[in-house]
Amino acid sequence: MRSIHVEDIVKTVKEMCIEANHFLTKDVENALVNAHRNEKSPVGKQILDQLIENLDIAGEDMIPICQDTGMAVIFMEVGQEVQIEGGLLSDAINEGVRQGYVEGFLRKSVVKDPIIRENTKDNTPAVIHYNIVAGDKIKITVAPKGFGSENMSRVFMLKPADGIEGVKNAILTAVKDAGPNACPPMVVGVGVGGTFEKCALMAKEALTRPIDKRSEIPYVREMEEELLLKINKTGIGPGGLGGSTTALAVNINTYPTHIAGLPVAINICCHVNRHSVREI
Amino acid sequence: MDLHITVPFDESTAKSLKSGDYVYLSGIIYTARDAAHKRMYETLEEGGELPFDITNNLIYYMGPSPAREGRPIGSAGPTTASRMDKYAPTLLDLGQRGMIGKGKRSEAVREAIVRNNAVYFAAVGGAGALLSKSIIKSEVIAYDDLGTEAIRKLEVKDFPVVVVIDSEGNNLYETAVKEYNEE
Repeated sequence: MRSIHVEDIVKTVKEMCIEANHFLTKDVENALVNAHRNEKSPVGKQILDQLIENLDIAGEDMIPICQDTGMAVIFMEVGQEVQIEGGLLSDAINEGVRQGYVEGFLRKSVVKDPIIRENTKDNTPAVIHYNIVAGDKIKITVAPKGFGSENMSRVFMLKPADGIEGVKNAILTAVKDAGPNACPPMVVGVGVGGTFEKCALMAKEALTRPIDKRSEIPYVREMEEELLLKINKTGIGPGGLGGSTTALAVNINTYPTHIAGLPVAINICCHVNRHSVREI
Repeated sequence: MDLHITVPFDESTAKSLKSGDYVYLSGIIYTARDAAHKRMYETLEEGGELPFDITNNLIYYMGPSPAREGRPIGSAGPTTASRMDKYAPTLLDLGQRGMIGKGKRSEAVREAIVRNNAVYFAAVGGAGALLSKSIIKSEVIAYDDLGTEAIRKLEVKDFPVVVVIDSEGNNLYETAVKEYNEE
């Protein structure tokens, strides 16, 4: 067994919340630069220009890329040979989020109850997903999720007879309905298969895959490439103001499912597709 | 067309703005989003008064991140406007000249814009760091308890927006998308 103290978790999560909200990963930055080069609309080009300049300002002046610094979604891959010392793991993660959002000048966007809606004032609690894996390390992914795009996300419980065309239509429907609301250019995370909740979780996880990495499953890779082309022909464009860049990538994850079902979830993310990954 | 205009502005300026115009705003605007709109709406229903005179003013749908020392405001980009659709027609009928946000509006909002010679601008969603540079001053003037959702009076200089719905009801989200649709 390898021991990891909760203080290391707190410190790491805190740093990752601040990092993710000020710096995008290189793949997303590169995709914006490529999109700028290829954009057909002059207004679209101007908006992509602003988005690239926005990233520079965010990093240099330590101003969050977007004022919606999100609800902190955290994926934990915990090696089964790890022993956590000094307290509860979930408490440590939430303490890291609290410190990151308070000390990092990030917006507190979480309300304690969905109906009563009183702000918790420190952006806790986080939404934490645990996975037990082999080994003696912990891999942490912090993915702050803004709600402009989250609100445009969908789950479709398709029938097996709907097949691959049904899946493609579901994805296109979600993207078109989202339109300018989801701050395009978007990154489209998709989960196909599993159960009702499993496909939604896969869609979220798909957003954390580098957007320049395609699926290793041949038919899924083809679907990702085909849908990206189709989405970029909708004309929605940067900011929804028309153009040829509506999405930067479509990332699809799949899982075995039931003989009676074909669940599909589409988790839409704006161009501020934030995530920070570390291993301890 | 690129235009520089001073805010607040009256009906005649609103009527001169056309869907698709790129506009730089300078002057005073006010922020309010979900919770502040709900409270203003309930205040009006109870026969009370709004916390500021909205005549000819623009409301920016925005809740900023906290300001670091020496800065007027943190990251400050627009939020999705459709969540304010329930409240916007009432405020426009009371003299509000327009709003800054992002995303689609309801037919009822479009009608209220036309009825009142108002305007709906979009700022670039997800460019909060860049947009914060056009904000010179920020002061909470009401509903302080709402935190980021409090009503703020902002002084802006060359704040970049695009006219989406103009006073004739033209909607850039519909026209521009058709222009680039290749399906």
